[in-house]
Amino acid sequence: MQFFFEVLIGGLLAGVMYSLVALGFVLIYKASGVFNFAQGAMVFLAALTFVGLQEKFGLPLWGAFPLTLGVMVLLGIGIERVVLRPLVNQPQITLFMATIGLAFFLEGVAQLVWGTEVRRLDLGLQDEPIESVMERFNLLISKFDLVAALVAGLLVAVLAVFFNKTRIGRALRAVADDHQAALAVGIPLKQIWAIVWSVAGFVALVAGLLWGARNGVQFALTFVALKALPVLILGGFESVLGAIVGGLIIGASEKLAEVYLPSLMSDFLLKHYDISINLAGIEGWFAYMLALVFLLVRPEGLFGERHIDRV
Amino acid sequence: MEHEHNTGRRIGGTFLSVENISLAFGGVKALTDISFDVREHEIRAIIGPNGAGKSSMLNCINGVYRPQQGTIRFDGQAFQQMDPHKAASMGIARTFQNIALFKGMSVLDNMMTGRSLKMHTNLFLQALYVGPNRREELEHRQKVEHIIDFLQIESVRKTPVGRLPYGVQKRVELGRALAAEPRLLLLDEPMAGMNIEEKQDMCRFILDVNDEFGTTIVLIEHDMGVVMDVSDRVVVLDYGKKIGDGTPAEVRANQAVIDAYLGVAH
Ligand SMILES: Nc1ncnc2c1ncn2[C@@H]1O[C@H](COP(=O)(O)OP(=O)(O)OP(=O)(O)O)[C@@H](O)[C@H]1O
Ligand SMILES: [Mg+2]
Repeated sequence: MQFFFEVLIGGLLAGVMYSLVALGFVLIYKASGVFNFAQGAMVFLAALTFVGLQEKFGLPLWGAFPLTLGVMVLLGIGIERVVLRPLVNQPQITLFMATIGLAFFLEGVAQLVWGTEVRRLDLGLQDEPIESVMERFNLLISKFDLVAALVAGLLVAVLAVFFNKTRIGRALRAVADDHQAALAVGIPLKQIWAIVWSVAGFVALVAGLLWGARNGVQFALTFVALKALPVLILGGFESVLGAIVGGLIIGASEKLAEVYLPSLMSDFLLKHYDISINLAGIEGWFAYMLALVFLLVRPEGLFGERHIDRV
Repeated sequence: MEHEHNTGRRIGGTFLSVENISLAFGGVKALTDISFDVREHEIRAIIGPNGAGKSSMLNCINGVYRPQQGTIRFDGQAFQQMDPHKAASMGIARTFQNIALFKGMSVLDNMMTGRSLKMHTNLFLQALYVGPNRREELEHRQKVEHIIDFLQIESVRKTPVGRLPYGVQKRVELGRALAAEPRLLLLDEPMAGMNIEEKQDMCRFILDVNDEFGTTIVLIEHDMGVVMDVSDRVVVLDYGKKIGDGTPAEVRANQAVIDAYLGVAH
């Protein structure tokens, strides 16, 4: 039982990190109605810029952070100017294609400026068990995981308030629902887009730092975005809450499946069907499997509303 | 539904004029050389068969569509092409033929968006501090509640509009436009798809708005009875051309208009 809780908690904490990446997608999707293919590239670019600035100018954490944030905000404003503005009122698929182009562009620029080797990113957080928890509950909980989860949780809370309680949030939800109507009531679409992409850049930065510190800053960071996909399918593309809950479910079930499923399944198969298979590596595909099954049952996600076309 | 309000309102000078507007989508000529004017405080109807270019005309006025030729003159300023944001900031509000509400948001929130341009606290700063912003929000809220009362939709204030019946949604969309306290109100078929009772209510709202606030209204409507009752003057479009312009009585007597509605070959 001890071990079960360890796995579960580890999974939930990892799940918060997935939520964080998924959140970046949700923000853009809500405001521009487009699946931002470049979100992974933004995570990569942010992390790489951060370590790059640290290395080049010997900056401390608190020095590199605002600078990188500045870069991401400028990027957000730039994307609105160069990519979105000319594409107002174009079909969604056009916007989507534009974000694919943007992804390659950002990946290219990031590597051109900062080089291609893998970098270490040190946030001063050790990936070691928290002693007090170990003594009292005899559970191994990683300090890094816990802090990362807290940071992510805080960010999510701030964004949730931002969306639901502020005027920008209301304007943003309006833009997400109907561009034409938003324009007609005088909501400044361009400003809203620039804000949203900047906020998405901020989220990408936080995700990039946490993931980068854990796995090293390398091109593979762009694939973190792929892990956000099953989270989005579970949570729905339009729901901040969905991104959180989806992340937790994916994180936890993935870890549990990784630990328990291989032995359970192979025992079962061997006993009843006399088949012996090796299910190692299940963590690589379990989340996608889960998402696929979920997609068949509830395509609109946990918190999405089911759309029925008016005919 | 008789329009007895004329006596009380004082119709003013020309407020909006469209001059020689032409608009084409590829080969389709949606509008050809259209000119007409709208006077202050009047209710001006645009009628015509399906595809005549009525919605296109409205879309040019608030800048959703950009005409290839012509001038739009509003409140003393001339524009080759309007821009929706500019139009809104000059006091033009509108509704859409296919309801364009923010479906996931409540009635109240939808109507609050209508006050976007009335809010003065900077959009960026307001996320940071709460004090003056909170007071401002409350003032706007009061104005909106007033409109909610006027339109008799108190009972659904907090309901997401996507869940409301069609007729009520149309009313909410009118409310959102009114929330902007517009000087010019563009209504694209505000009564389409309504039953008689709902139409009567909507007619009354439109007349009351015009009467109480002096709002100038341009209205597209298919129901001839409604048009005759409500409007001061009528423009008739057919295949993108203007075929009639005058008081309801004059238009009704116009042979070209009668032909267009009866489908006589051109
Ligand atoms: N965005 C667009 N792209 C291409 N063609 C358009 C567009 N909008 C309108 N049209 C065309 O312009 C013409 C006029 O359309 P419009 O919608 O203005 O007519 P309408 O008088 O409002 O008709 P209805 O009574 O059916 O609403 C039609 O032939 C229509 O197909
Ligand atoms: Mg129309």
